[in-house]
Amino acid sequence: MSNPNNAIRLAGAHGRFLGSLVIRGGRVIDPAQGIDAITDIAIRDGFVEAVGVGADAPPGAQVIDARGLIVTPGFVDLHTHLREPGFEYRETIATGTAAAAAGGFTTVCAMPNTEPAIDTTAVVDFIHDTARRQGSVRVYVIGAITRGRKGKALADLVELANAGVVAYSDDGDCVTDSALMRNALAYSRTTGRPVVQHAEDRALTTGAQMHEGSVSARLGLPGWPRAAEEVIVARDCELAALTGAHLHVAHVSSAGTLDFIRRARSRGVHVTAEVTPHHLTLTDALVGGHWWSATASLPAYDTRTKVNPPLRETPDSLAMAAGLRDGVIDCIATDHAPHGITDKHCEYQAAASGISNLETALGSVLAVVHAGGLTLVEAIAALTIRPARVFGLAAGSLLPGMAGDVTILDPDREWCVDPAQFRSKGRNTPLAGHLLRGQVIQTIVGGEVICDRSA
Amino acid sequence: MRRKDVLDLDDFTADELREVLETTAAMKEVLARPIRRVPPLRGKTIVNCFYEASTRTRVSFELAAKNLSADVVNITASGSSVEKGETLVDTTRTLQALGADMVVMRHGASGAPYLVARELEASVINAGDGWHAHPTQALLDLFTVQSRLGSVEGRRIAIIGDILHSRVARSATWGFATLGANVVLCAPPTLLPIGFADAVHTGLRAKGIATACPVTVTHDLGEALRDADVIMALRVQRERMDTGLLPSLREYAREWGITRERIAQARFGAIVMHPGPMNEGVEISPEVAYGPQSVIEAQVTNGVAVRMAIMYLLAGGRAGPAV
Repeated sequence: MSNPNNAIRLAGAHGRFLGSLVIRGGRVIDPAQGIDAITDIAIRDGFVEAVGVGADAPPGAQVIDARGLIVTPGFVDLHTHLREPGFEYRETIATGTAAAAAGGFTTVCAMPNTEPAIDTTAVVDFIHDTARRQGSVRVYVIGAITRGRKGKALADLVELANAGVVAYSDDGDCVTDSALMRNALAYSRTTGRPVVQHAEDRALTTGAQMHEGSVSARLGLPGWPRAAEEVIVARDCELAALTGAHLHVAHVSSAGTLDFIRRARSRGVHVTAEVTPHHLTLTDALVGGHWWSATASLPAYDTRTKVNPPLRETPDSLAMAAGLRDGVIDCIATDHAPHGITDKHCEYQAAASGISNLETALGSVLAVVHAGGLTLVEAIAALTIRPARVFGLAAGSLLPGMAGDVTILDPDREWCVDPAQFRSKGRNTPLAGHLLRGQVIQTIVGGEVICDRSA
Repeated sequence: MRRKDVLDLDDFTADELREVLETTAAMKEVLARPIRRVPPLRGKTIVNCFYEASTRTRVSFELAAKNLSADVVNITASGSSVEKGETLVDTTRTLQALGADMVVMRHGASGAPYLVARELEASVINAGDGWHAHPTQALLDLFTVQSRLGSVEGRRIAIIGDILHSRVARSATWGFATLGANVVLCAPPTLLPIGFADAVHTGLRAKGIATACPVTVTHDLGEALRDADVIMALRVQRERMDTGLLPSLREYAREWGITRERIAQARFGAIVMHPGPMNEGVEISPEVAYGPQSVIEAQVTNGVAVRMAIMYLLAGGRAGPAV
């Protein structure tokens, strides 16, 4: 269990979010407290004061009419690429957090594949400072597992934890050296922070562009077999068992991976897992484009479909939803990966991998709900308290005393995805032009309305 | 032919394929004349944009374009601004601005011509993209089989070699299966693409062609050659050994090499094909390559005629016996 003091210190340190407001008449869904009822929420000076019908409005509080809408804790994303420092043409902390707010996320965790990588106090402090000054939502930092993310030597994991990182990851790259991974897991027990693994056996994915299957066979693109993810997860589960550490599996994509996680859990291994909105809803057929499916909306080889791990087949995406439902997958995490135009406007093998999805995540998740793969409460839990629990964050719940972070959404509002309207600099989404059902109406951070579509 | 581009045979209907073969026959007649020149593309500029080295294909396209009276410009990657880092998209925009009417493109990345075709008003002919497709090669293979054996439908076509990395194998499979032939793909297990047969069956169904398993896959050469009408050998590259996909070319030659003893297992009068260039002694023995059943040289000749037919049809020419 990570140090709760660090978490609370950061939430309060974002000194800008200290507003007061009262939200009346909405259907409040707070899975952390088992609440699903029409009721009111009062937020005073940035923190939840009361949840209850007729809650008193704090002095000077803005009143928000949420009748007909759903009110939830602000969403928590364990896996966001804010790109700053180093790749500001793709995203900055300012634009990335604005995108988060637009998508209903009030807490994001920044991945360390920046330039320089987040492997020293200086870079952690830079991100905290920049987020404090320019961020629209709360930003936690994930530190690198290895120095420079090179996969050779451990970074100063204790120093990073003291600076405030909530987890460790070399995401983007896999720690393939088994001895190093064992040591990272063992050493991480000093701080209790989870080690987040991007599971990819590089030897099996040399040159890979997409999922290995009949679509890749037809398109003549080297494939990324499921086994490349599964063998690493299997190994890491054993190492987690050996060391007693907390392993968190990033962006699960293969149904087979879930079997390994399930088996490890049944033996008492502390392993958690996340899934992205795109792995819940999209498949490799999308890469095959119009020809592959009469209803496909993209031409063949559209680089907006290129992502790591790749989009797999329908049984995999169905298994992901079932996994969330039965708990083998703990939560949803976006893996928001914004890219510039030049990163993607090229032939498939030259294109960068990643989907910009903070602003479409809710719509994708609700598509699973509308199709019956998850209940609304399960979906909200997977976006709020469950991710918060994985990293031990004081977030994802409207318990009085918690930060006044709230998302108000309309689960039935239809909207067309127009990347030109994104707050994110990343316009790279295969959902461009799609109609989604379900949209964030207001995002509130510490009692202040940060994103407002209620007009 | 109502299409802007020729990128792969997977979206060609059987009628479209027959239209191309018919036009090819007419073009072949032109090639038999003392003056091998006809005017349909006079005043048009065809740009050969080859990012990968090639002799026979590029020259074949160049001759085809010139026989149709077009002006031809050749761009190869080396010695061009590609070496300065110019992107594919920028090169495409430049070609558009320069007024190319038709672009013939060969590129190492599967799908590259699709990107180019989306950006260009000009027609794009795929001369080979990565592992994916080589439609004009497959068309000349279809034409060769049709001329030598009289028909494609119902024939058994055995394609032997590095299927996984072969754009020739993929396009040929689409072409032959669409015209009703049975295709057998044979290679060592490490060189067979998983799921390609399924992809073809799905694609054929989408085109409204219902066949019972036209594409089968095996790593047993004897099984592949039994009753084969056509034996197509594909080039096996040395680097497959370097990346661990094959233990040695010697072992490949012994188990999958097309030799005189092996072709005796096929149907009497079966023809032997190869897209070239050949690794003699590896995938094909010299005596077979230059033997009586080989149609390899005819393939090259037919290649010019097929490319003339494609360019003519894309430019709006109507199929027919006379040009």
